[in-house]
Amino acid sequence: MKDKQLVVSAIKNGTVIDHVPATALFNVVTILKLDKLETMVTFGNNLGSKKLGKKGIIKLSEVFFKDDDINKIALVAPSAKLNIIRNYEVVEKKVVEVPDEIIGIVKCVNPKCITNNQPVTTRFSVVSKKEIKLRCHYCEKITNSENIEII
Amino acid sequence: MKNKSLVSITDFTRDEYLRILELAAEFEKNPRQNILSGYVIATLFFEPSTRTRLSFESAVSGLGGKIIGFSESASTSASKGETLYDTIKMVSNYSDLIVMRHPLEGSARLASEVASVPVVNAGDGANQHPTQTLLDLYSIQKTQKTLDNLKIFMVGDLKYGRTVHSLLMAMSQFNTTFFFISPEELKMPDGYKMHLDQKGLEYYETNDFSEYVREADIIYMTRVQQERFTDPIEYERVKNAYVLRRNMLEGTKENMKVLHPLPRVNEIHTDVDTSPQAYYFEQALNGVFTRQAIITSILGIK
Ligand SMILES: [Zn+2]
Repeated sequence: MKDKQLVVSAIKNGTVIDHVPATALFNVVTILKLDKLETMVTFGNNLGSKKLGKKGIIKLSEVFFKDDDINKIALVAPSAKLNIIRNYEVVEKKVVEVPDEIIGIVKCVNPKCITNNQPVTTRFSVVSKKEIKLRCHYCEKITNSENIEII
Repeated sequence: MKNKSLVSITDFTRDEYLRILELAAEFEKNPRQNILSGYVIATLFFEPSTRTRLSFESAVSGLGGKIIGFSESASTSASKGETLYDTIKMVSNYSDLIVMRHPLEGSARLASEVASVPVVNAGDGANQHPTQTLLDLYSIQKTQKTLDNLKIFMVGDLKYGRTVHSLLMAMSQFNTTFFFISPEELKMPDGYKMHLDQKGLEYYETNDFSEYVREADIIYMTRVQQERFTDPIEYERVKNAYVLRRNMLEGTKENMKVLHPLPRVNEIHTDVDTSPQAYYFEQALNGVFTRQAIITSILGIK
């Protein structure tokens, strides 16, 4: 009981990102630049989950995301669920949705792409959301979910 | 089309293709005019391609334009580590239009976004080479008197061959029926076949040429390169199976023409060269008129 308490220790105000696949937790940290935060952050990973097998959870005190920012994590954690907390209460639940365009974040799979050889920010249009397929704005090659690499 | 860069064949619409071809026919009748006098065209070849560069330079010179640029990056600031971004910013100041060839894929799209003048892509790695496609369309239209409802055979390396991919995308707007003839390892990628499915166009895939060749209006040959094969024995086995010989053209349609983006290695036997159906050398000449049409329409002169 005590252990469980530690994991789910409540925050007063902020955001809980739940149902992150265990393998995607650190990518979520990178995408949202959580390592740069100075407010209180609690992570749990490899927790048991009926749906995912092993899941991760992130609790962010006093942090609220814009939809455009949080939706970026859908690339690696489409199953993620957000709980928005105000005064210890869940006031809103959200799911994440893959955006139509991805700027930065992902590396193009094509080693001969200009973005992998010169200082150019990557840019992709999302051609498929269910099974993620990103089309590079520059070299026009497809980066799919198996070879998504977070910059 | 004024001030519009040409990076990818899909940047232009069907009507824009047709307008370019119409202009190219005008230039074929009258390739020497002084309409580019006072214009400076930059030809930036970060990797050598003598054939393409000479075609562009001949096109510009014939119309009285001035050319600045380089033919390989070894002698330029790019070899000293200058980024493409910086080079293009600089060259934009000195020219009215930039023609660029670069080994990295996506480089032309980047250049078109950085440059204050329009950019014409003369090849970005294995990605796009749209002026080649437009000259192919011109050659097809000129020899067939139409682009509509043709049967086009694509032979050889259909997996990596960017010219056949771009030609497929362009011709898919003209109700074309495609025949793909290639070794198993070098088949047309699924993405392009899906595109044809979406457009409701017919295509046939085979590794046997002779069965259907009598139906062809155009045979578009490509090089089968050894380095594309993971298994060298497989290359040895197939390399001669995709060589076009004159006797294979027996019984084909009179209007049928054989095209090839050149240079060829051995995939078209020299005995085809004297056939009235061989068109690859004229095809290359059509490149000059097509490039004159592209440059003058982008500059807003035509
Ligand atoms: Zn790319």
